[in-house]
Amino acid sequence: MLKLPIYLDHNATTPCDPRVVEAMVPYFTNTYGNAASRNHPFGWQAEAAVDYAREQIAKLIGADAKEIIFTSGATEADNLALKGVFEMYRSKGNHIITCNIEHKAVLDTCKHLEKEGAEITYLKVNPDGLIDLKELEAAFKPTTILVAIMYANNEIGTIMPMKEISALSRKKGVLVFSDATQAVGKVPIDVNKDGIDLMAFSAHKMYGPKGVGALYVRRKNPRVKVTAQMDGGGHERGMRSGTLNVPGIVGFGKACELCMLEMDQDAKRLGILRDKLESSLLKLEEAYVNGSTQHRLPHVSNISFKYVEGEGLMMGFNKDIAVSSGSACTSASLEPSYVLKALGLGDDLAHSSLRFGLGRFTTEEQIDYTIEQVTKTVNRLREMSPLWEMYKEGVNMNMVEWAHH
Amino acid sequence: MSYSEKVIDHYSNPKNVGTLDKSKQNVGTGLVGAPECGDVMRLQIEVDETTGIIKDAKFKTFGCGSAIASSSLATEWLKGKSVDDAVKIDNMDIVEELSLPPVKIHCSVLAEDAIKAAVNDYRQKNGLPELKFEGSVVH
Ligand SMILES: Cc1ncc(COP(=O)(O)O)c(C=O)c1O
Ligand code: FES
Repeated sequence: MLKLPIYLDHNATTPCDPRVVEAMVPYFTNTYGNAASRNHPFGWQAEAAVDYAREQIAKLIGADAKEIIFTSGATEADNLALKGVFEMYRSKGNHIITCNIEHKAVLDTCKHLEKEGAEITYLKVNPDGLIDLKELEAAFKPTTILVAIMYANNEIGTIMPMKEISALSRKKGVLVFSDATQAVGKVPIDVNKDGIDLMAFSAHKMYGPKGVGALYVRRKNPRVKVTAQMDGGGHERGMRSGTLNVPGIVGFGKACELCMLEMDQDAKRLGILRDKLESSLLKLEEAYVNGSTQHRLPHVSNISFKYVEGEGLMMGFNKDIAVSSGSACTSASLEPSYVLKALGLGDDLAHSSLRFGLGRFTTEEQIDYTIEQVTKTVNRLREMSPLWEMYKEGVNMNMVEWAHH
Repeated sequence: MSYSEKVIDHYSNPKNVGTLDKSKQNVGTGLVGAPECGDVMRLQIEVDETTGIIKDAKFKTFGCGSAIASSSLATEWLKGKSVDDAVKIDNMDIVEELSLPPVKIHCSVLAEDAIKAAVNDYRQKNGLPELKFEGSVVH
């Protein structure tokens, strides 16, 4: 029996895997010590649990346990990486290169740094959602201290050419930071092979709990340091003070271990389901995939259904199926998605987009139901759409004089 | 955001979706909004020439559920009204009837604008001067 509602918004957050919850439970009531309490068994047990989790997490990304700095999530890790590097390497330069489809946690932190005297270059992306390596190469200056490019995008799932980006940066002696929140645990990542010096990620995007994440900070070749953004008791080697969230960290560790074990089979299974969903929905006329279909996470699909508006579309099934849209009507700012616009999509297509994010517990039955419901609703709303009628009559919509407001 | 019962009802069972023959003398058409803004509303009225009463109204809308509901409601309200009374429909009446939240007020404004545009189109076709509307809401 199909159970409703169906969750297809795994880029926003994921459910905790029950095995993760099971691992966490004892750390609330039994092993509740402060990992920084050095003088009694409660503290030692907590510290041991944190150390174990640090190993599990480091292993997933090919890092050393000492290189993991725990934070409250990816937003904090993004802030710590950008602000921390800027303050630490200020004497070397003030220039940071990033791109225009980064998450707001990166873009708004960059905006903040601009006020502090940073110079930021925002690379544009091509219609596939990828940066141009030649443009990156041309953007370096003698004052460049950091390249900050996300591993995979949260709206369209596209994967950046990290190896090439880091090779170029390394040649220039510039550090590489990557917001890998959407990619860790979903595709194989190795900070050494990928040449990443700092990397942000978050437990709740990979079947772990909310409110815990990490910043990977390289310790060798080169040794990287960041200035603390949270002052206090000097936890996490002085880079992030605050009593560690032991149950959260234990869950994060378990989540990483599970991803390590199951990533291949999950990716394969979800890739097949995603492709089924996508190819079925593309049978609708005037439906387009946004972003590269080649360099993309296996569980994400972002599709625009021209001539229907995204929020109106979601309303047709959102009590049964949870997805998200880049439409302006869904955003508080009434602006359509800046990511889709950065791909060069016209506003009309940006307004018409839906993001489907599949996850570990998504079933084929759910996908079949989704195909049916979305198809039905798109057709129904097109019958109600003046733009669809014009399109069908062959009216050139660029020639219509719209009453702009 | 959650929708009110009435919005859901109009969205699920919209009244008066369709197209009237815009070449007819007694049909007024209003097309407002723009695809770039994410909302386009087309509202049409068919007027009984002897009585000046709107005998039919149809809409098609590209927009969110609240915009669809606003236009559906507007067509309901228009039918049976005189053309002169039609322009007295205020967007805040729609907001109230549908319990629209503040971020969706502009969807109701669109409906009000569409009504006025349809009436003016009808007036123009029939040699009547265009009505000027004051304080047209900036949105
Ligand atoms: C790419 C990216 N970076 C950062 C974040 C923020 O993560 P968190 O919720 O852990 O602060 C998200 C999640 O919304 C994301 O997708
Ligand atoms: S049409 Fe965009 S919010 Fe209603």
